[in-house]
Amino acid sequence: MAEFKPANSAYEWFDQRLGIDKFLKVMMTEYWIPKNINFLWAMGVLLSVMFTILVVSGIFLLMYYKPDVNMAFDSVNYTIMQEVGYGWLFRHIHAVGASIVFLVIYIHMFTGIYYGSYKKGREIIWISGMLLFVLFSAEGFSGYMLPWGQMSYWAAYVITEIFGGIPLIGGDLVVWIRGNFYVSDSTLTRFFMLHVLLVPLAIIGAIVLHFYALRFPHVNNEAGEFFDFDKEAQKYLAGDKKSSKVVPFWPVFLSKDFFVLGFFLLFFFYLVFFHYDFAMDPVNFDKADGLKTPAHIYPEWYFLWSYEVLRGFFFEIAGISGKALGLMAFAVAQGVFFVLPWLDRSPMVKPANQRPYFKYWFWLLVVDMIVLTVYGKLPPTGANAWVGFASSMTFLLLFVTLPFITRAEAKKVGGK
Amino acid sequence: MMNESRRGFVGKAFGAVAAVGGVASLLAMKMTWDPLPSAMSAGFTKVDLSGLEANKLEIAVWRGKPIFILKYTEDMKPVDGRTVKVGDHYYSVMIGLCTHLGCIPAYNTGEKDFTCACHGGSFTLAGVNSFGPPPRPLDLPPFKIDGTTLVLGEEGPEYKAMMAKA
Repeated sequence: MAEFKPANSAYEWFDQRLGIDKFLKVMMTEYWIPKNINFLWAMGVLLSVMFTILVVSGIFLLMYYKPDVNMAFDSVNYTIMQEVGYGWLFRHIHAVGASIVFLVIYIHMFTGIYYGSYKKGREIIWISGMLLFVLFSAEGFSGYMLPWGQMSYWAAYVITEIFGGIPLIGGDLVVWIRGNFYVSDSTLTRFFMLHVLLVPLAIIGAIVLHFYALRFPHVNNEAGEFFDFDKEAQKYLAGDKKSSKVVPFWPVFLSKDFFVLGFFLLFFFYLVFFHYDFAMDPVNFDKADGLKTPAHIYPEWYFLWSYEVLRGFFFEIAGISGKALGLMAFAVAQGVFFVLPWLDRSPMVKPANQRPYFKYWFWLLVVDMIVLTVYGKLPPTGANAWVGFASSMTFLLLFVTLPFITRAEAKKVGGK
Repeated sequence: MMNESRRGFVGKAFGAVAAVGGVASLLAMKMTWDPLPSAMSAGFTKVDLSGLEANKLEIAVWRGKPIFILKYTEDMKPVDGRTVKVGDHYYSVMIGLCTHLGCIPAYNTGEKDFTCACHGGSFTLAGVNSFGPPPRPLDLPPFKIDGTTLVLGEEGPEYKAMMAKA
């Protein structure tokens, strides 16, 4: 056993046992963040706060929600919305929060792409971030099923049906996932479990990995500049705060973040109180009916781009059916962002606008994903179907051509 | 050396036991998500065909899906591989979900065909796609004819004959 001296204060007593001083230094006051950053670097803290808000509002919903096909709809729309004190508030926070968390994820993700923050030793940060995106998608999908309205039911039906496209085992896999031949009580209850326990646990694990992966390569900066963090930290600690390129996470960096967070939360609660309806599809206020399909099925806005890639291929090419092509394109779209650090062959770490070829690629990707999102909501008929096809093809081609574009760029800038 | 090999043996033995236990628990976990026996036994639906009216669509429910059963009148022509004869009458038996995006088409007694309200697809009375986005005819559910009773969920000789022609 280690030796302990008598403590002079309660703080010291805890410090001896838990190493509070050292812990706070490592995690907060001597965790160094570059100075040369902008408000886009606050998205990580925004997401941590949003996740906390979702967990807390979820806990309150969990106390009255009933994961049973006969009770689920009323437990949400009657009990929580009308009987529980402020139940409506927790539901609206949860629903709007789920939507806004994806908005911030997309901003966070495209900030990373724009500034090249996935390169040169930062691959695990990028991959764990994409893993979080997939887990949040699973969380959003499983949560959407719970109110058991018509959209809940048919989204669950269509999305589980996607697995039927996998060769050989597809049909059995769909039955296994649903626990029945159709979306039923067993489906609802198991997705409830995923939504409130397994997926959140996985998310917490992935967040820890995401933060940890950031410790060694450190946070990127607005110029994509590489520098020695230890040297800059020494400068800061020696009192030369002005010429040091870093600031401590707490209190300096976080105080800037809290400022951004303040604006963000005003916007968020404005939506919660005055515009919650955008996250509340009217179709979902009809109770689930497996024998009556709504005229038009569409996912929430944050899934529209990948939904449109799935629908984009509506005719046969080279003997492969449109459905199979759509599924393959969908699978590629889900996975392709993971390998972005290896598709980008240029060693240049700079904001996209300072990269001669990459800037076109970046803005084309942004525009294409907006087009996919807009057309994902429209019925896939007539000209819409062709726009969907063209934008889906563009999406795939962008990733196919990225290695060539960036290799040409590396040549042009002379490997810098 | 002696110690090393002992440790190695213990390690391998532990690994083997853990692997067997791991595979067994994965199998057990997989089976908890299999359809329950009650869901499996509800996977069969019986419909008595004797009371049906011709040119009037009967919708039965099998495994949560609507099943169209249409008894033909004298002037409705049977289609090889899509129509089944039970007693003296012909019937269409098919899954009533549009093969485009899974909506439920409606039957028009006048025109004697199906139209899907979602994206305008049409099907003939035998369920063959005749217009619009549906890529293929309506799917056929596995069925067996038992006298005048239709058993959905079991593959009878009539069903197998139809599948062979389709």
